[in-house]
Amino acid sequence: MAGMADKATFAEQAMPFMSSLYSAALRMTRNGPDAEDLVQETYLKAYRAFGSFQEGTNLKSWLYKILTNTFINAYRARRRRPVESDMEDVEDLYLYRRLGGLEAAAASRSAEETVLDGFSEGEVKAAVESLPEQFRIAVVLADVEGFSYKEIADILDVPIGTVMSRLHRGRRALQKALHTYASEHRLVSPADVAN
Amino acid sequence: MNRPVAEPCQEAIATLYSFLDGELTPDMRERIQHHLDDCAPCLSKFDFESELKAVIARKCRDEVPESLKLRVAQALRAEDGS
Repeated sequence: MAGMADKATFAEQAMPFMSSLYSAALRMTRNGPDAEDLVQETYLKAYRAFGSFQEGTNLKSWLYKILTNTFINAYRARRRRPVESDMEDVEDLYLYRRLGGLEAAAASRSAEETVLDGFSEGEVKAAVESLPEQFRIAVVLADVEGFSYKEIADILDVPIGTVMSRLHRGRRALQKALHTYASEHRLVSPADVAN
Repeated sequence: MNRPVAEPCQEAIATLYSFLDGELTPDMRERIQHHLDDCAPCLSKFDFESELKAVIARKCRDEVPESLKLRVAQALRAEDGS
C-alpha cells in the first residue's frame, strides 16, 4: 500500500463492487456466513495489494480474481478431488427443445410474463448452485457478471478454450437443472419442440 | 459458393453462445445476423437463449447485508491502524 491517497482511492473505487462480489460469493460458497467471510477476505487482500494494482486496468476483474482464488484455495482443503466427472453430459438447447414452443406462444400472446421469467429467483440461484464448482464459477462470471472469455481466462488462469468448454457444459447442465423446476411448475408440455 | 441448405443453420447454432456473449468478430457477427434475419427457426433459438441469459443475470442478485458493509469498513480501518 503506497499512501493515504491510494487508500482513499481504494475505498472509492472498490466498494461499489461489493454487491456483485457478494452475489458471486453466495453462488460459490452456497451459504451466507461463508460468503460474508469470503467477501471480507477479498477486500482485505485487495486493500493490502492495491499498490500492485495497475491503474487503468480492470479493477472489477482484479477483484474477482482475488475472490475466486481465495474461494478456491480456502475450499480446496475441504474437497477431496475435482468433481468434473460427476456431471453428466446434457444435449444442446436442452431447455429450448422442451420449453421453446411455450415461450414463443407466450411472446405472441404478449403475455406479461414469459415462461422463462416464471422461474423464481430462488430457483435460478438453486439451479446455478447445483453445478459442480468449476462450471458454476464460469457460468457466474459469464452470465451473471458479463465478463468476456478473455477476462474469465485471466481471472481463472486457464486458456480461453477451457473457459469456453466449461461454459458450454455448465450452461447445458444449468438448463437441465432449470427444467426440473419447470416440470414442477407443470410448464413442460408433452408437445416438445422438435429441433 | 454453393452450400447445402442446412449448413448456415448449423454454423449459426455452433456460434450461438459466442454470438450472445459478444465474442464473434464483426464479420462473423454480421454473417450470423444476416442468417437470423432470414431464418425464423434459428432466430427463435437465439431469442430463447438470449432471454435465458438475461433471466439468469437478473435473478442471481443478492442484497449486501448492512452488517457486511460495516465489517468490511471496520476491517479496512483496522489495517490503517497497523
